[in-house]
Amino acid sequence: MSDEQQPALETHDLTVAYHKRPALYGIDVAVPAGSLVGIVGPNGAGKSTFIKAVMGVVPSSGGWVKVFGKPLRENLHRVGYVPQRESVDWDFPVTVMDVALMGTYGGLGLFRRPGKAEKKRASEALEKVGMLPYSNRQIGNLSGGQQQRVFLARALAQDSDLYLMDEPFAGVDAATEAAIVTLLREMRERGKTVLVVHHDLQSAGEYFDRLLLLNMRLVAFGEVKDVYTRELLQKTYGGRLTILSEVADRAAKL
Amino acid sequence: MNMIEYITLPWDVLGIGALWLILMAFFVALPCSQMGSFLILRRMALTGDAISHSVFPGVVIAFYITGDLSSPWLIVGAGLAGLASTVIIELIHKWTRVKQDAATGISFTALFALGVLLMELLLGKNVDLDLECVLHGRLGLLLEDDRLALFGLMVPAPVLVMAGVALVTMVLLFFFCRVMMLSSFDADLAASFGYRPAVIHYGMMFVVSFIVVAAFQAVGAILVIALLILPGAAAYLCSYRLKVMLLIAALHALLSAVGGLYLHVWFNSNMAASVVVSGGVLFVLAWLLGPVDGVLWKWFKEEVPTPEESSDQVGNRLS
Repeated sequence: MSDEQQPALETHDLTVAYHKRPALYGIDVAVPAGSLVGIVGPNGAGKSTFIKAVMGVVPSSGGWVKVFGKPLRENLHRVGYVPQRESVDWDFPVTVMDVALMGTYGGLGLFRRPGKAEKKRASEALEKVGMLPYSNRQIGNLSGGQQQRVFLARALAQDSDLYLMDEPFAGVDAATEAAIVTLLREMRERGKTVLVVHHDLQSAGEYFDRLLLLNMRLVAFGEVKDVYTRELLQKTYGGRLTILSEVADRAAKL
Repeated sequence: MNMIEYITLPWDVLGIGALWLILMAFFVALPCSQMGSFLILRRMALTGDAISHSVFPGVVIAFYITGDLSSPWLIVGAGLAGLASTVIIELIHKWTRVKQDAATGISFTALFALGVLLMELLLGKNVDLDLECVLHGRLGLLLEDDRLALFGLMVPAPVLVMAGVALVTMVLLFFFCRVMMLSSFDADLAASFGYRPAVIHYGMMFVVSFIVVAAFQAVGAILVIALLILPGAAAYLCSYRLKVMLLIAALHALLSAVGGLYLHVWFNSNMAASVVVSGGVLFVLAWLLGPVDGVLWKWFKEEVPTPEESSDQVGNRLS
């Protein structure tokens, strides 16, 4: 099978438990290459957990993940991960350029140092998000929107085929939000596959082509026109009760 | 005495011994300053504290087995005990609801006390493993130590040992700086690159244990902590770039060593404590005069945000 026909990301029965408390049950999903996917669901639905489990940042307690038809380990270089902005210490003594360069570390192995090629990639990525003029700034002096742009530049410098982004729209100004949307669409035009954890249901229907509705289980995955429906959204946000009763129904039929 | 006499006093009193004291203090402070900088950035400053206390039972057991206070097994035992304390912290923190700071407090006090008990039980009460020395170090006694000939100079043996420790640390730092930086800044991204955060964490803790143990004899357990934290903290106030921060921390280590020697000679004070006091003075100077965070500069110039920043802030508030 050629690369284009392979799903960019495929998970089977992906399950995660924190301290024996389950956070995500049996997620089965196959994301076609070249799609822009929004992951939506209520707080605590396991949206971040899902992408962390895909990346192996949190250990999964069951199931498997394939990226372009191969186990994640073998295709790690084709995946870019953008953690939540609040997950790092912005007082850390690094500059905007240093952070963008970090995107190139994955391809360097343990010992090689970033050279000219890496610096060029990092500069281009910063240029794209409009942060090149700030490259010598300490990251703590940036606004929230600028910090998020730096994180995106770091992801662009990774030059991956599949991107997993954790809440890139959280706490950014309107101008940055628009810039990110433009950037995401441009990435899709270049054949990249992007999964974005998104907290705003209103804009989700307009920003993405596909939605992944999540509430500890997969509620639905499909094109926006098929899954952005009152019934499915209610099922996603209606609290755990509905899900549990459905499970009970299904169990009763067995 | 005039100025010149004050400045030449150590050399007049100690001769070449002054150089050995400075070098010894510097070789202790240098690796501490570098690893300490990373501990600070990882918000693990107290882990250095934990390690420096918990190496004690390891030293006692190794001494009990070998019966030789200068045996290299003492360093191995101490290193393992230091590593054990970080493992205990992780276990408590991971498997119970007790948080990291409390777990740190439990781990090092319990291990240190265990060391005291073991010493009394295994070695008897009047033994050569001097608790006073463990706490305060014996840097001042350096000049009475055995000497080894090197390039025609008679170098005190501990200076050579510590120089080796400093060299090993700097070499490790040279190779792993980027890995440590990334995993300290963004552990999730590092993990997504396939770096193993646990391996990096324990690797760093092992190196810290190794340095602490080596530094232990020279400056004592309590002062090691000061040398781990002070240079990095002072440097943190002086630079926004990691490499510059590490360089300033090293400079801080050197200046503390020199300053410590002068205090030691001028006031006939404990050398180890003098090194730390001069490091403390340097920290206050960094606090007041540091180029990026200095109180004085902030006082002089009023912060005027640049136009693009202020517009961005407004955008932030609107969204």
